This record gives sequence, structure tokens and C-alpha cells, in this order.
Amino acid sequence: MDRTILHCDMNNFFASVECMMDPSLKKHPIAVCGNVEERHGIVLAKNESAKKCGVKTGEALWQAKQKCPGLVAVPPHYDEYVRMSRLARQIYGRYTELVEPFGLDECWLDLTAGLRFIGTGDHIANELRQTMREELGLTISVGVSFNKVFAKLGSDMKKPDAVTFIPQESFREKIWHLPASELLGVGQKTAKKLESWGIRTIGDLARHSEDSLVRILGKNGAMLRRFANGEDRSPVLAESDFPPAKSVGHGITTLADLTEDEEVWRVMLELCQEIGHRLYSLGQKAGGVSVTVKDKDLHTKQWQGPLCPSVGSPYLIAQKAFSLYQSGYDRKKPIRAVAVTAIQLLPKNAPDQLDIFSQGDDTLRRERLEGAIEALRERFGERILRNACLLHNPKMPGEHPPVCLPPAIR
Amino acid sequence: MQYKKVYVAVELLVRTDGSVRPQYMIWEDGTSYPIDRVLHITPAASLKVGGRGIRYTVVIGGRERHLFEENGRWFVEARQS
Repeated sequence: MDRTILHCDMNNFFASVECMMDPSLKKHPIAVCGNVEERHGIVLAKNESAKKCGVKTGEALWQAKQKCPGLVAVPPHYDEYVRMSRLARQIYGRYTELVEPFGLDECWLDLTAGLRFIGTGDHIANELRQTMREELGLTISVGVSFNKVFAKLGSDMKKPDAVTFIPQESFREKIWHLPASELLGVGQKTAKKLESWGIRTIGDLARHSEDSLVRILGKNGAMLRRFANGEDRSPVLAESDFPPAKSVGHGITTLADLTEDEEVWRVMLELCQEIGHRLYSLGQKAGGVSVTVKDKDLHTKQWQGPLCPSVGSPYLIAQKAFSLYQSGYDRKKPIRAVAVTAIQLLPKNAPDQLDIFSQGDDTLRRERLEGAIEALRERFGERILRNACLLHNPKMPGEHPPVCLPPAIR
Repeated sequence: MQYKKVYVAVELLVRTDGSVRPQYMIWEDGTSYPIDRVLHITPAASLKVGGRGIRYTVVIGGRERHLFEENGRWFVEARQS
């Protein structure tokens, strides 16, 4: 049975939310940027007029201002973006329960089941566009097609505030002439590799032999060929059908470069507090740790190793992360950013194979202690109990003194 | 025409079923304006002054106006003099 899939993409999402909250920004080119003092001063999003000046997402604010001297930098309001994203999903949910988010600003909708009751795909797409404009003050681009890949492609074809229909009967005429890089799954590197083999358009990709694509790109080659031929069968997953998280990570760019191991340890321990909390709320523990550090020249290094036995304790995860860092990093250059990820997640009560030397009792004692800390944090707030070495860390961003309310309204 | 966002105090009637009906709008200078009728209630964005929430289309002094409830605060789209 033919499916009807919609892909809804909120145009210039962060920048549009900022303009919706303050319409006086609409007449200026704007860029939503992180805090320059906290060394997060890159462009996270821009509006149409900034885009016309050549401002690109991911570039530094000073570069953007060189291209567009009148650029207005706006700080991000992440809570507001999350709220608007949730409201948008509620609007999509009026039509189908099969709404699969793809980031904060994009969603796939599978309308196949209810279509005969609610109208045609493009009719609903236009209705959604209008509802989003009226209720949220935001515009969306919608792609309507018979699979997720083409729906996504459609939403990228016409922007902003537009609907693109890619029907099964005529998708070859409509999209095969487009560059291969437009297809979901073809990034810059893949596009370059394909180009070197003379594969420039989606049509070239579709007509190329599968064996040869597998030789060039591995199993992804076969997948991309299927995509180009309209053979993507992947279902739109409702949020309840999402597979459980495979990893939990947290990273940060520090306020100043880290030069001492002691400073790196403190940052890792701080990052692991959040990881431990998330593992605790997911009811999981980590079977391994991965560490990524970026030096001041923006070179990245990554190491990973197993945790035996698997643990959920922030302290033990940080300890493993730090030992990976110590044995792998040459310390020639100061460090700008650190990220720790708990990998190979297991349910909290999954049995562990202990080896003859491991001190299972210590781990258990530590886990019990961390459990008690979590319970306290749940009841009294996350800052009620902290490692003393994490207090007043001048290189960590967002270290604000706690607000003390007057007793009358505490 | 230029508009600005003016937050106002509102006197509400909360019915037994939990639904809310604005009764009076109290302007910045303290003057209280009775709301004669509520014509329409819908989630909406204010394209004139920014923000979004629940939009109440109301009749005040015989004129149709929009009153927005945004995260517990109420505002109107006021003409700038």
C-alpha cells in the first residue's frame, strides 16, 4: 500500500522564534549566537536576510559580522525553542499519532492510516502550514511523498513556507536531476567521493550498479542507491516506539584553556554528574566510557575503554574517563573542550561478570552512595550536594551562585 | 501603524469545570474596563507585537480586541502614539 509521509521543517527555527517573540527584529539581519565570553560565539541560526548576506550556521560571530556589518546578534533562548517544538508536535499530533521528531525543528508524519478521513497529503500540508503560522507565528516547509527520504528532500526543495509534492509516479522527473548531495545520508565527504566517480546527481546514484557503490561507500552505498530509487521502507516511529538510548554524553567548551591535569579531572567530574543523573533516571548503567578532547588548535582526539564491572556512578565513570585521557593525551597543547560519553548501556540490574581481581564490594558501596546522593538531589535540588573540588571552578561556564530566596517566600 | 505589547491585569472568572473567562481588563493607569463578550478562544501568535499563547477575541466598549494569555501573563496589542 502506498504511504503518505509528510516531512515538516520549521524554517530558520531559532531565528524565527526570536523574531516571533520580538517582531522588531524582523527588519534586521539576525544571527542567534552563543555567548562570546564563554567562547560559544558561533552562529547557531540566522534569518533570511542574514542568509542573503552569506552568513552560515557554524561560523564565528566575527566572521559573520564581516560578511554582514548590520548583523544583530541575539542570545539563544533554548527553553523557548523546546517549548515551541513541543507545541508544534502537538499540532502535528492532531492528524496522526505517528510523529517522529528529527531534531527540535523537524518531524516526519505518517498520515497513511487516517488519510481517507482527513483529506489528501498536500491538503493537510497546507492546513498545517496555515495552522503553524496562526498559532505559533512560525513558517514551515513541508515535503509530501511516499517515503521518509523523499519527504525530507521535498521539504528542502522549496523554502520558506511552502509545500512540495513528490509523487511515486513521477519522482524520477522531479528529483533525479538534483545534486546527489541533496539526498539524506549524503554529506560533504560522501558527495566528494561520489563526484570523483562521476556520480553527480540523484539519478546517477540510482542508475549506478549496486556492487560498484558498495565498493566505493561500503554498505551505505547500497542504502543510498535504494534511497535514490524510492525504495526507502523505514517506518515513521511514534515517540513511544523509539529504541532506548545507546549512549549518554555531555561535553563543554571551557571558559579558558585547561593546562593542568587537575583542571581536566574537575571538568570531567563535573560532566559526569550530569551523565550519572541521566543514567539514574533512565535506570541504566554504562559498560564503557568514551572521552573526546579538543586542543586549542581545534584538533580532536578520542579514546574509549570498557568499564568492568559496568557502573552508573559519576565518580567511577569520571575516573575511567580520566585514566583514558591520562594514558592517551600527550599534554603538549592546552585543552579547549572536553566531552565524556557513557557507552554500551545496560539496564541497572543487569548481571555483571566479575573478574578475579575486581573489588565488587567497593563498586557496590559507591553505587549505594551515589543512589543516596541522587535521592537527596531529587528532593532538594541538584546543587544540594556537590563534590567539594567542583565548587568555584572558574573555567566552567554557567557557574552562577545559587539564588537565596527570602524566608517569607522560600 | 506601530503596535506595542502592553501587559495588563485581568480579572478572571474560573468556572467549576476549570475553564477561564476574563471579566475585566485593568489598564496601566488603573482604569478597569468590563469585557462585554468573549467571541472566540484559540491558540495564536501575535504577529503585531510578538509572543504567543491563548488568544481571546473579546468585545470591550463595543469594540473587538485581542487579549492574549501568555504563560500566565496577559497582554494586548496597543497602538503606539
